[in-house]
Amino acid sequence: MQNGNTNKIWELLDTVPDPEIPVISVVELGVIRNVEYKKNTYFISITPTYSGCPAVKTFTDDISNCLKTNGIENFELKKVYSPAWTTNWMSKATKEKLKKYGIAPPSDSIICPQCDSKNTALISDFGATACKALYKCNDCLEPFEFFKCI
Amino acid sequence: MSSLLQYTLRIADSSLILGQRMSEWCAKGPTLEEDIALSNIALDLFGQANGFYEYAAELDGEKSADDLAFLRNEREFFNHQIVELENGHFGDTIVRNFLHDGFNFLFYTELAKSKDETLAALAAKSIKEVKYHLRHTSNWLIRLGDGTEESNPKVQTSLNNIWQFTGELFEMDEIDNELLSAGIAVDNASIKSEWDNIVNKTLKKAKLSRPEDGYMATGGKKGMHTEHLGFLLAEMQFLQRAHPNAKW
Repeated sequence: MQNGNTNKIWELLDTVPDPEIPVISVVELGVIRNVEYKKNTYFISITPTYSGCPAVKTFTDDISNCLKTNGIENFELKKVYSPAWTTNWMSKATKEKLKKYGIAPPSDSIICPQCDSKNTALISDFGATACKALYKCNDCLEPFEFFKCI
Repeated sequence: MSSLLQYTLRIADSSLILGQRMSEWCAKGPTLEEDIALSNIALDLFGQANGFYEYAAELDGEKSADDLAFLRNEREFFNHQIVELENGHFGDTIVRNFLHDGFNFLFYTELAKSKDETLAALAAKSIKEVKYHLRHTSNWLIRLGDGTEESNPKVQTSLNNIWQFTGELFEMDEIDNELLSAGIAVDNASIKSEWDNIVNKTLKKAKLSRPEDGYMATGGKKGMHTEHLGFLLAEMQFLQRAHPNAKW
């Protein structure tokens, strides 16, 4: 496909899941900053969530594979740092998907994704991935992950 | 070597070396949660170092980011000496990191205003992570200082021992001054009073006393290091030295 239809690229990228949280796509995560078509090439700008997030390498490879599988070879991926990624770029719908998956979405009030209680307590500032912290619910007693606000 | 390259390497090296120290805690943390925290901090620091090394490689034109990290000797590393200090016990690590995190947070906040767009963007990215590290080490320092009869004197001793490595953070040399007048570098001396505020406030909560300024170690930014850095590099660089260009 050489016709410069950037919407089609966005649609394809939206099928690439986040490697750690497969219920949301890399587009929903907010790491795809721009898709531009210049001189027969799609330039796709990607920003890392956290500087050292190992998932960046994985989803960059996944994006390349997805585009190639769909017959698109004329693209270049470039890493951009500015503006720095923020959880403010996540839509309400995306946050709802996180909650359904069992991860408390980024928010000022930390609500248990299982029972909606606000009576929660921090277990650890850091979790299994750079973007999450560990909490527990004082009502239903379930531990859960919270997507940190940055 | 251009001033800008050396300046960028100083930042990259401090992140990498502290990251390596934090990774030494992996599987040795005092609790499972803290083990994960220390490893996460290592990951952030490696990520930050990588961004600055990629820029340094671009400025250098010949060496890659990996070459810069793995194929230089200790006299060619320009990190602050404080980050190469051995981990010691958990309290030593928390004190060392707290003192450096406070500096790093203020340093990146200023660097984000740099006229050099790449440095500014990397700094803006790093602030968010370093702010979180500072919160974590501050909380631990308060818990240990205002802890038990055993923990308080232990971290007070850590603080007394490490204090001599804080002077270097605020030094300005000819490279800093040259790039400061070009609107690129941070005026390290100007962030000292805000660092004092952060440190004094936290030490008060932690029931620890601020050591008197005495002898201050210096030289890291010029490639002069403590005896610890060579051993750290020997471990960190072994694979690339023994098996050049090995990949996994």
